[in-house]
Amino acid sequence: MIKSPAMSESKKNFVEGVRSEIPLLIGVFPFGMIYGALALNAGLSNLASQMMSSIVFAGSAQFITAQLVHDAAPGLVVVLTIAVVNLRHMLYSASLAPYLKDLSIRWKFLLSYLLTDEAYAPSILHFEKEGLATHKHWFLLGAGFSLWFTWQVSTAIGIFLGAAIPESWSLDFALPLTFIAMVVPVLKRMPMVAAALSAGIVALLAYPLPFKLGLILAALVGIAVGTFLESHQTAEVKK
Amino acid sequence: MNIWLIMLAGGLITFGMRFSLIYLFGKFEISETLRRALHYVPPAVLSAIIFPELLIRNGTLDISLGNTRLLAGLVAILTAWFSRSTLLTILVGMAALFLMQWL
Repeated sequence: MIKSPAMSESKKNFVEGVRSEIPLLIGVFPFGMIYGALALNAGLSNLASQMMSSIVFAGSAQFITAQLVHDAAPGLVVVLTIAVVNLRHMLYSASLAPYLKDLSIRWKFLLSYLLTDEAYAPSILHFEKEGLATHKHWFLLGAGFSLWFTWQVSTAIGIFLGAAIPESWSLDFALPLTFIAMVVPVLKRMPMVAAALSAGIVALLAYPLPFKLGLILAALVGIAVGTFLESHQTAEVKK
Repeated sequence: MNIWLIMLAGGLITFGMRFSLIYLFGKFEISETLRRALHYVPPAVLSAIIFPELLIRNGTLDISLGNTRLLAGLVAILTAWFSRSTLLTILVGMAALFLMQWL
């Protein structure tokens, strides 16, 4: 193979992307294992649990899907919840767009598929530093692909181990515990706490609603309360 | 709906969101309000799942010392607050539930 400068430049960016992802992979690995075990425990088949990691490929949405399938929520509500939970990816998409604008549609497809929280974080830092240099999209490919690979492998190990856990262990409780571990650390500011509490209380009040619609209603109320309080606080500061 | 349909629809929507603004660069902008609202999605959705999981047993609200999931959940909340560790929160929460179910 002829080693052109352009190729070694792409390779260098790819390797840098992988390297920057390593610290994140250490945290992602156990998370993927937990997902695999819990999805299986929630009643998904081995194949479905594994395939969700490549079809949906979004950690928190996958945990929530497992929980909702376990609770026998209607499909439409599950899909709607996935949509709401993953809305934040539009922010990542918007923020990376200027750096990827000159790429072919194939590249845009591939990089969009790999665009997770964990691939976004190191890539945007790299892009902001490097500016509009030509081969930098290889960095995102390196970060995104190494995360994708780790997520598939850790899911498989989780499914394998999860199959060995007896049902009497009430492993289904690990799902809400995972959600607690995700929520509690972000409750630093008052609007966040208010969003969480109001959503929780509405979810209890609206629990008797059919089709798990209470969940969607509660989420919307929580989001509205948090957004309103933050706008209000910002307005106060401006006065 | 079939689990495969759910995954397919969920996957397409997720991909669509990741692709949307990379594709529409310069033609569409996210408003400040939507940007702000997005920060509140995780706590709102997750709390809307957590509260009923801990507080509703057999279809009714159960705020009592007999509700082991509520007590174990509170132990997990404290663990998450002080440790900020996902793994530790799950382990301590599960251990608390085991202990209380045995006692």
